[in-house]
Order: sequence, then C-alpha cells, then structure tokens
Amino acid sequence: MRIGVLALQGAFAEHIAVLHRLKVEALPVRLPKELNGLDGLVIPGGESTSISKLMLSYNLLSEIVNLAKNGLPVFGTCAGMILLASKTSDSDIKPLGVMAITVRRNAFGRQKESFETELPIVVLGEKPFPGIFIRAPIIEQASSEVEILARLDDSTSVAARQGNTLASAFHPELTGDLRFHRYFLDIVAGHQ
Amino acid sequence: METGTWKVKAGLAQMLKGGVIMDVVNAEQAKIAQEAGACAVMALERVPADIRAAGGVARMADPTIIEAIMETVSIPVMAKCRIGHFVEAQALEALGVDFIDESEVLTPADESHHIWKHDFKVPFVCGCRDLGEALRRIGEGAAMIRTKGEAGTGNIVEAVRHMRAVMDGIRKLADAPQDELMTQAKEMGAPFELVAEIHKTGKLPVVNFAAGGVATPADAALMMQLGADGVFVGSGIFKSSNPEVRAKAIVEATTHFQDPKIIAEVSKNLGEAMPGLDIKQIPVEELLASRGW
Repeated sequence: MRIGVLALQGAFAEHIAVLHRLKVEALPVRLPKELNGLDGLVIPGGESTSISKLMLSYNLLSEIVNLAKNGLPVFGTCAGMILLASKTSDSDIKPLGVMAITVRRNAFGRQKESFETELPIVVLGEKPFPGIFIRAPIIEQASSEVEILARLDDSTSVAARQGNTLASAFHPELTGDLRFHRYFLDIVAGHQ
Repeated sequence: METGTWKVKAGLAQMLKGGVIMDVVNAEQAKIAQEAGACAVMALERVPADIRAAGGVARMADPTIIEAIMETVSIPVMAKCRIGHFVEAQALEALGVDFIDESEVLTPADESHHIWKHDFKVPFVCGCRDLGEALRRIGEGAAMIRTKGEAGTGNIVEAVRHMRAVMDGIRKLADAPQDELMTQAKEMGAPFELVAEIHKTGKLPVVNFAAGGVATPADAALMMQLGADGVFVGSGIFKSSNPEVRAKAIVEATTHFQDPKIIAEVSKNLGEAMPGLDIKQIPVEELLASRGW
C-alpha cells in the first residue's frame, strides 16, 4: 500500500510518521508526477490559503480532483478538510469540491480558542478519541450522502465520510492514537 | 474542553511548517503576503531594516496596526514583544494575536531574564543562536524556535551559522553516550530533561524556523536544506523592488526546496533584492543576535 501525503505546506511529516508507524509506505507529494501509483492521499493540516495557492501552481489541483472523482481514497485533516469541501466561507480558497460539505474556516475564532477535547467516534470503537482543534474549521452543512462521524457536545459536525473521502476538523496526526489513520487505511484496502 | 494547552500551542507551530512567515507593517502588506501564500504574518510598526536605521528604543507595535492586520487576513497573525517584557506580552495576548515573538529585534526590557512563557495561553516563538539557547527558551515555554540570524541585513551568513550550530548540537547529543549528557547539559546551559529528550529522539521537541537575513528564494531553500522547518522573511520582501513577485517566489522555493529547477525558475526576473549589509561593517554593539542569552 502506497499513501501519498500532500507536502506543500503544513504538518505533512507528522502524517508520514503515523503512516510509517502503521507499516505503510508514505511519500511526500509536491508535484503531479508524484501522484502516480498511489493507493490513497492525505491532505494535511496547515494554512489552507497557502496550500490552496500552491496547489494552483504546477496543475496539482485538477490532477487531485480527477483522481478523487475516480475513487482514489483521500483523507483531509483541518486545512485538508477545508480543501476537500464543495464550499468554504472564504473566497481566498479554491476547494477541490470532492465532498458535499460546506465548511467554515477558523470557526471557533483565533488561536486563543484552540482546544483539546475527548470525542466519541462510534466507528473507532468505545474509547473516546483525543480531539485537538487548532484554529479549526467545522462542517456547517452536509448533503445526505455524507456520513457525519464525529460531533462536539453541542452537536457541531467535526468529522465526516463520503464514499472514499474522509475528513476531520481536528488533528489525529498529533495524538499518538492511530485509530483514525487505521480507519482511513481500511477505506483504502476496501477500494483496492 | 481545554484551551491554551501545550499541544495546541506547539501544534499551531506544526501547522506553519514548510511555510513562510512574512513581516508586514500594515493591512495592505498583510494582504499581499497572504495572497502570495504566506502561512502567517508578523505585524510590526517597522521592518527590522528600518528599526536598525532608526536606532533608539524599539518597542511593541501600536495595537491599532496589529488589529488592522488581524481584521484583514485570515492566516495567523504574530506580533513581537521585547525580551523580558511580560506586560507587552500580556497586552498582545489580550489583543488576541495568534503567536508572540519574544524578539531580539526590539530593544530588550530585561538583560537577565526572558519571559516565563508557560504562564500564557498564547504560544511564543523565540530566537536562538545554538542548541543551548534554543533549549533554555523551550524550558521557559517557547512552543516554537527560530534561529536568529542577523535581522534587517539581507545577509544570510548569520542565519546559516546559527542553523548549523543548532543542527550540530542535536547531532552531538544524539551520538553522545548516556553518561555524558549531564556534562553536556551543564556546558550548554540547557535543562537536563530536554537534553535527555534530544539524545533519545534526535530532534528538537518543537518546530524550528530560520530567520534573520533571508532575501531570495535560494536563501529560503538553503535554510530548508540545512534543516529549517520553515522561514521567516523580515525586511527581505517589502524592502525589495517587487514584493508581490518576490514573496510568491520565496513561498514556492520553500515548498520545493529540494528541486533546483524550480528554484532557478522562480528566481527569474524578481527585480532588485533588498540592499544587503556586510555583518563585519556593523559595530558589535549594534548586532541584534547577541541580545538575549
């Protein structure tokens, strides 16, 4: 299994480290040719405006959209979730539009509102998942084909799956808990 | 729900990795920086080259400037306080800035003590010239480190010196036998626990950017190849003849730092870089990097 991690800006090395711990080949992706032969793609957290602008250079954006629309499993965290959305609150960002969700950026406010909380996530088992939310987005709207995987206490949607695409507003790659990545790898295995 | 935890502080720095943080002095420059792909901006009253030229005491920026920049861009906004000036830091935290730089570019308020940064919910970045200095700042609660370089010079030589010193320090600790670690900690003037942690992991426990002298795309890529997690560009963008183009080129070179063809391509037709200064021509007492300990 070969998983690419979009390495334009952000916490890509953290995702690669988690995938290595799960004994999976993980490669940084900066140019379209590096998308060849991948079984899945991770879009990491970072600054969504930076990543979005860097994706426009070298034609990465359209290549990733094509692959995702043809079923390549894609997992986006935080900025990655914003980029997977169909619509965002921010006109500066050109999202990929591969998930039928509307996402609000910096939905909790500035860094001083960044927080940690325990999240119940049924598909990951009984033990709550450590949610690390850093200037995090939320899912404001989701169409009926989207499955919401995690909600905060006030029922705000913060993780979702639609077919082979997976998104979280929080950062599983910063936790040491491998269950979210394992869940993504199950999607990849199912697709193969 | 807990805010201001170590994980969210150090985590924000992790989200900045691979990116460029640009000094800006007004909302218009902040917009240009965001448009070029900056992962954060540093809100200032003057860029370091102008601080150097102006002389006198350099302080925290007027909050009006910082607020105008915060209202204009969606990326994180950083601001500088003087070394040891914990009340400027409290004021910046109250304004809601996303990161505070306890910076040698401003005139130090305390020549013996840095801020106890664990007391704050907002994360701090601090400068260093070697690993010992980096670990002292992390011990005080810095969630991010940057090598100091020599700000406002457009000269990369000090940034290279400091990054090599940090990386060399890490390699030495990783290779050192266990029974030499306490002596290493004593000689570096660094907390033993952090020395032991680096011995074990072979890397810094927080993100480390390069700063102080980056003026070209190749400078940025050089710092990345030397092991920086990202770069700060101070005067290098808005003191050049074409900030929009240069800013974007530096962002691309930071992402594609291992790709010489792309670095060559983005280095074309950038116009004049900022005028540089020879470090040897600067009187010793005017060097910014020697502020702090």
